[in-house]
This record gives sequence, C-alpha cells and structure tokens, in this order.
Amino acid sequence: MFVGIDIGSRSIKVVALNGEGIADFKVVDTGFNPHERSLELMKSYNAQKIVATGYGRHFARDDFADSVITEIKAHAIGSRHLFPGCRTIIDIGGQDSKVIALDEQGRVADFQMNDRCAAGTGKFLEVMAKTLGFSLDAFGVESLKADKAVKVNSMCTVFAESEVVSLLAKKEEPRNIGLGLHQSVVERVSSMLHRVGIADDIVLSGGVGYNSCIQKLFEQKLGRMLYRYDHPEIAGALGAALTAREQS
Amino acid sequence: MSEDYRKMWEELGLDLEAHDQLLAVIPQMYGDIYMSQQNRPEGMAYLDFVMSEIHGLRVKELNDLREAGGKVVGAFCLYVPEEVVLAGGAACVGICGGADWGTAEAEKVLPRNLCPLIKSFIGFKLTKVCPYFESSDMIVGETTCDGKKKSYEVLGEYTNVHVMHTPQTKDDASRKLWLEEVKKFKATMEELTGNTIDAAALAQGVATVNAKRAALKRMNEARKASPVPISGKDALLIEQVAFYDDPVRFTQMINKVSDELEQRIADGVGVAPADAPRILISGCPMAIPNWKMHHIVESTGAIIVGEEACIGHRYFRDMVDESPSDLEGELTAVADRYMKLDCACFTPNKERLDNIMQLVEDYKVDGVIHYALQFCDPFTVEYNSVERTLKYAGVPVLKIETDYSMEDAGQLSTRVEAFMEQIKETQGAIV
Repeated sequence: MFVGIDIGSRSIKVVALNGEGIADFKVVDTGFNPHERSLELMKSYNAQKIVATGYGRHFARDDFADSVITEIKAHAIGSRHLFPGCRTIIDIGGQDSKVIALDEQGRVADFQMNDRCAAGTGKFLEVMAKTLGFSLDAFGVESLKADKAVKVNSMCTVFAESEVVSLLAKKEEPRNIGLGLHQSVVERVSSMLHRVGIADDIVLSGGVGYNSCIQKLFEQKLGRMLYRYDHPEIAGALGAALTAREQS
Repeated sequence: MSEDYRKMWEELGLDLEAHDQLLAVIPQMYGDIYMSQQNRPEGMAYLDFVMSEIHGLRVKELNDLREAGGKVVGAFCLYVPEEVVLAGGAACVGICGGADWGTAEAEKVLPRNLCPLIKSFIGFKLTKVCPYFESSDMIVGETTCDGKKKSYEVLGEYTNVHVMHTPQTKDDASRKLWLEEVKKFKATMEELTGNTIDAAALAQGVATVNAKRAALKRMNEARKASPVPISGKDALLIEQVAFYDDPVRFTQMINKVSDELEQRIADGVGVAPADAPRILISGCPMAIPNWKMHHIVESTGAIIVGEEACIGHRYFRDMVDESPSDLEGELTAVADRYMKLDCACFTPNKERLDNIMQLVEDYKVDGVIHYALQFCDPFTVEYNSVERTLKYAGVPVLKIETDYSMEDAGQLSTRVEAFMEQIKETQGAIV
C-alpha cells in the first residue's frame, strides 16, 4: 500500500493506493492536535511508503513520512492523474488559495499563492456562510438562486463580516449578499490566474470545489469549462500517494 | 556581552531595559540561524565575534573616536559617499533597520502602510535601543524613495540630519546636480569635523573604501564555484557587517576568509552538494539582523550564490576611479561612481535588468527569488520587468513580498520549497 497524507489547516486527507488505483481515502477534521490525529490515521494502514504534503508535512517527516513534497507539486501530480489534459489548477483550500500552471508535460511551470491572510479562501466562505445563516453545504446552492449580486467591498474576513452584518441590517437578501461574496472570491483568485496564464484544461480542486456557485462563476468569468473530481479535496493527498508509489 | 558596556550605553542615552530585551533576542536568533550551519569557513569566527559584540566593542571604538574629537556619521543608503566621510576623519556606520522593533512607537509618527525598513529605523530611534544611532553625530539621509524622503523630516525632529538630493534619472543635468550634492556634503563634513578635506585625504578615503569593495568582490567571486564554499547566509552576514565595521580591519579579515574560500575551491570543498539549486536573491536590501529569506531558502537545501541588492553586489560592484589627483577630479570621480548604481528608484533602470542577467550567467544561477519589502513601490513595481526579462531568458523566478515578522514563514517556506521542486524538475528535463 502506498499512502499519501495531506495535512491541511482545516482537514487531513489520506489516499491509499494499491496496484490498481485508489484503494481507500479518508477526510477528517484537523482538530486541535494535527500531529496526534495524523499518527492515529497512519496506524490503520500497512504502508510500504508514506509521502506527506500540506502545511503539516514537516512534522510528518520527523515522525512517520518517508518523504515530503509541497502541496503545489502534490496538486499538480494528483490533478494531472485525474485529468490528463490538465494545464491549470485552481485550488481553494481551508486557509490558502493557489493557482498552478502546468507545462505540456504536466510539470509545474508557475504558481501563485494568496498572501498571509484568509481572504479568498474556504475559511472566508465559512465565516460568511455562518454570518448569513447558511450551512456551508447550502451556501453555494442558495447563492446561485440570487436575483442580483450585492457587492461586498472588503476582502478581509473580519471587515467583510461587519460589512455583511450592516448589509443584513439594510434588509438585503442573504442569498444576494452570498452571490456578491462568491464573486469577490472569484475575482481575487482570477487575478492570480491571469498572472500565471490560463490554458485548458482547468481543474478546480480543494474543499471549495464542492461549492457549485464558485464553479459556475469561474466558468462564466473565464468563458470555459472547469473540471472537478467528485472529491475535489483529495487531489493533494492523491498526488502524494502517487509520489510514494513512484519512489518505490 | 560584558557588563562593562552598561555604563557606556547609559551615557549614550539608551533605554537600558528595552535594550536588554533586544540584546536577549539576537543571540538566540543568531544561534538558531547561524551556528546550526555545518562546515562553515573558519574565518567566520571573526563574524561570530563581531556579532557577539554587536553593541559592544565596535560601539566602544566609536566612543573612543568621539572622545578623541572624531565624529561618527550614520547612513542608511548606498548613495552616501563613505569615502568623503572617511576623508573628514570621521567614521561611517550603517544604521540598523532590519528588525521588527519599536513598530508600535514608529506608527505613532508614521502611517501603517509603510515599508518595514523605515518603520524599523524610526522605531529604533524612538525607543532608544540602537547605540549606533545614539553614537552618530549626524545622520545622512537621501531622497531615494518617497517613504524615506518624508521620514527624514520626522527623524530631523529627533536628531541632526543632512539629506542628500539623489537624482532619479541619469542624464547630464542629474549628474551635475549629484556632483553639487557631493560637494555640498563635503562642505558639511568639513563643518562637522573641523577638518579640511583636501586631495590627499579624499584619495585616502577612496583607497580605503575601494579596498573594502575589492575584498567583498573577491569573497563573492568564490561563490561562482561549484560546490559553493560559503553559504549565502554567511556571505550576507559579511555584506551586512561591511556597513559598520572598521573598514581597514574588515578588509583584512574578509581577505583572510577569501584565502580560505579559495583553498576550499582548490580542494573541492563546499557547504552544499554540487547539485544543490543555485539561487540569486534580487531586490530590497536585507539590513542586519534580517536573515529571514536566506534562512528559509537555505533550509530547503538550496544555496544562495548572490544578493543583487544594496546589501550585496550593488555595494561593491563599481569602484571609484583613483587616477585623478586634484580635488575637483576626485570629487567628480566619486560622484560618477555613485551615478552607476542601479537602484529601482531610478527611471528608466534598464541597467538593473542587464546586471541581473549578467549575475545569472556568471554565477550559473538556476532560479531567481525576487525579494521585496512590503510597500516598497520602486522594487515591487519594477518586479514586472524583472520577471519578464528572466522568463524570456527561461530563468525561473519567484516573487516574494514580505516584512520582518515571522508570521508568514510557513507560507514562504511552502512557496520556496515548491520553487525548488520546480527548478529540480526543469533541470531533470534538460539532462
């Protein structure tokens, strides 16, 4: 068994490969002690080789992983495996968002990551959903039902939250504000996309990939179709598992 | 540092309590970043000593000079002609501006969205923790960027400041203006020190600083070798200390380091494997004790082979012509040398792009990391043309914009590691 583990800020993803393909995958909350949780997860696998990625990769290497790769490379390998024509990856995770450009051979040609704050990430959407009274699952779907978008100017999670509260006080529809918030995330990530250049196929990955509103807005803005795996958050762990298999 | 210095610090007017806190941080940081390195050149022991005495021995030397009637001049920028300071019999020191210190104090008089270097030096002044600042009889500022230019007005409320008007283009009118500024500065130095700067004194100043530049150049020359005989961190430290150590002693000590490096090259000894990615850092200066980027980069196993920056190649690349023997000719030669600098405050600034490409070629660079301090308009805007030039030549480039805090260290390591993966993959593809 070849195991890839992606220790992210919000969740830990594990993918196990056997000779045929994906044998098993898990997604669990990172919780307060990512270290212990990762160790526990690893116990259930009889791994020949483990490759770690994500922000917790370094402690994983100290403890149980055979080697580490960055989430940039992991996503490149994972997405390319799922979609062999992939040249552009939009990955929006819990606390970071990134855009990766691949060359024709699938190697990382360029990448951009968000700056230090949570603007334009899953955490931003999570806080906004809560403020608007939506569950995270329903947030995208409800926002798609909006009849207009109410613009939210601030991209800072803290400032945007207070802006949303005052918009609610002005009796704006929550779903309309929701659409405006989704648009601002797409705007922010699009500027990173334009810096690295866009080539088909484009793959949307990371936990935010579940959000249908984000996908639709990207498609409208770029005038192209986005590919998305059924479990968009495991692309990084898959890339790590594939690396483990290749290194053996 | 020994207790004996406390009296000196107190007399200089330092806030001893805050200063103790600052001094407690540096050794820890230095230990983690520097002493953890393997196989350092033995000559680095001198730099370790200088660092262990960072606010001690050198400050005492300056103090002794002042007690004997000499003067100390503090500066922040490469445009301050050090040879003129030395010709006046004064000492020239680079003032600290590389630590996240006194930011809250600085923000009382400065806006928040300002470069960390400016905030740092104003913070050091307001919190009275920098003995170099407090030892300086005059601070020389310059009009390189808007942030600095306006901040010298603020600094002028606390200490004696002379501002040099640095031009922004390199046409004839600018050259004339700059020559006048150098002459004005000479007059100011004469007034400050009471010494007349004649042709012989200036020639001596030029020779001393040129020798220092030559020593730095020689040390850097060794970084062209593969494997590289000295880490980027150690080389950066040498380039930083160049700004405040005694120039003659420093030159001797660095030449000794170079003797050792050249021996290492002959023996094929390096501090990293020959196939480690060779990185050039380009952009804003890294003032002491800013070792953040070098530490992150070299922790990934890469090796930094050069700093295309003011604390780096820009400081020692160009020599002052020593052939003129009359004062007017010497002053013109000094002014001309400074007009060759390719700081991003100039427009247009194509020389910088050419110089970056030259370094990439000479040092067999695998990738360039463009390092900009947050809110530094000249360098963040100029990044665009640097990126285009490098990408056109097929050289991978990574843009980093950061400040002195460590809160983004995790994100920066991810970016830098991914950049190294990118470089290794491309290298693999070529072979």
